[in-house]
Amino acid sequence: MGMTMTQKILANHAGLPEVVAGQLIEANLDLVLGNDVTSPVAIKELSKFKKQEVFDKDKIALVMDHFTPNKDIKSAEHCKCVREYADANSITNFFDVGAMGIEHALLPEKGLIVAGETCIGADSHTCTYGALGAFSTGVGSTDMAAGMMTGKAWFKVPSAIKFNIVGEKAPYVSGKDVILHIIGMIGVDGALYKSMEFVGDGIKNLTMDDRFTIANMAIEAGAKNGIFPVDELTEAYMKEHSEKSYTKYEADADAVYDAEYTIDLSTLKPTVAFPHLPENTKTIDEVGDIKIDQVVIGSCTNGRISDMRIAAEIMKGRKAAKGVRVIVIPGTQDVYMQMIKEGLTEIFITAGAVVSTPTCGPCLGGHMGVMAAGERTVSTTNRNFVGRMGHVDSEVYLASPAVAAASAVAGKIVSPAAL
Amino acid sequence: MKAKGTVHKYGDNVDTDVIIPARYLNSSDPEDLKKHCMEDIDTEFVGRVKAGDIMVANKNFGCGSSREHAPIAIKASGIACVIAETFARIFYRNSINIGLPIIECPEAAAEIAAGDEVEIDFDSGKIYDLTKGTEYQGQAFPPFMQEIIKHEGLINYINSKE
Repeated sequence: MGMTMTQKILANHAGLPEVVAGQLIEANLDLVLGNDVTSPVAIKELSKFKKQEVFDKDKIALVMDHFTPNKDIKSAEHCKCVREYADANSITNFFDVGAMGIEHALLPEKGLIVAGETCIGADSHTCTYGALGAFSTGVGSTDMAAGMMTGKAWFKVPSAIKFNIVGEKAPYVSGKDVILHIIGMIGVDGALYKSMEFVGDGIKNLTMDDRFTIANMAIEAGAKNGIFPVDELTEAYMKEHSEKSYTKYEADADAVYDAEYTIDLSTLKPTVAFPHLPENTKTIDEVGDIKIDQVVIGSCTNGRISDMRIAAEIMKGRKAAKGVRVIVIPGTQDVYMQMIKEGLTEIFITAGAVVSTPTCGPCLGGHMGVMAAGERTVSTTNRNFVGRMGHVDSEVYLASPAVAAASAVAGKIVSPAAL
Repeated sequence: MKAKGTVHKYGDNVDTDVIIPARYLNSSDPEDLKKHCMEDIDTEFVGRVKAGDIMVANKNFGCGSSREHAPIAIKASGIACVIAETFARIFYRNSINIGLPIIECPEAAAEIAAGDEVEIDFDSGKIYDLTKGTEYQGQAFPPFMQEIIKHEGLINYINSKE
């Protein structure tokens, strides 16, 4: 029976000629990831193991990105715990303040994950690396600890949904609009336990940053992973960022899918997810008059250089509306530096925005943009659950960097075309 | 192994941000976490919950963030088992890995009401609503997961193999 892209990668890493959906397997891991929230829990679990040596000190990444630069004493204690662990165990890829970026923007940029590899991360948005043609999925701290010790993880082989991408995007439509459209269509559990496999002629019209954004939010449809085929763009990206060798996998022609959808990029409009679920989507012409208090541009979903470029292009020569606080957060130090070189930082600051060091901060209501009761944020992040960015009576509207920047200027949710 | 207790009932898509809001993730101590369990959707849960109680919810329970703090907070609150129509996959793994019993059972999730007395037999997967006098068959775990549960979590299971 034919296998999907995901199934082929899993079969290869389990040392099996073939796997089928539903099969329980143990797969070898190429990378195990944790952050400053999940790693301390894993490190506590590690002490319970009989053996105390990690499987490979080069294949573990610990990224201090959630509550950093530390917002309070307790979060500082967590980072200290991870820092001491990384030092004592000579963990090669430990990223602290000054080197750290938001993990899912950082790891591909550092070349730590490439096509054909397997990765688990104690962060739900670990599915981002599917953009590179890798199998990557979010797990919890105990799985992370077990992965660090054994270099393996157990998986139930997922079935898949196929998304056939065709056509070309209209102006101001991005990967964010593609994935919000899909989640609106299939729901927040529409791909529960499954792979989302993206294929088709239209893929070439999606930039790598578009693909990272789309794969990043596969979890918001409940998916185990999202994955793209490897094309010239992917290969160019990997050659630029990594020295690792990679393996290209394609689904078999007779691979079985639970469902198939065609997404015609040319029909998509800028899309916004209303509170309090990512599936509550409306196209920009349906949003009505939604006044806002804050705009956040950044995160593992949309903190890459192309996100900063489009937001700056829209804000250039304009000002944030009176009463709207605009927070711009580059995903990594390299993105930050590039923004400075290209003059984007100056555009944002002139427009009345603040530009921060990389951090997950506001996305999860941690710090750097927490909302009071009754406030509304348009955010390029990935979740708009109750209380996600602050008070339980605050609201998050998920949108692309282009819509977020235009909304910052207008003081309400608008399309860049409306400015 | 059996559990018997009073039901706390929730709806669809209960996410890990409401199970334990991120503002409390600067601690990973179960005793700290349980003080804030469910508070963004049910401010009275912490005061109401008793050791051995049962949580019942509809579809996609535990969606969102991978934080293991969520099942840890539920377990530390005294909840003996979570029954749901479906679970989000990371929450499902995390619960098994830390030894919080969970059962998928759409019929039980739909019919059991808040305040009902419920008994669960983990060996058979049977769920009894003692208030209503109804009985449900929950989905049994595959043998591999039963081994993890028997060893009270993934790490003990791995240690047992070495």
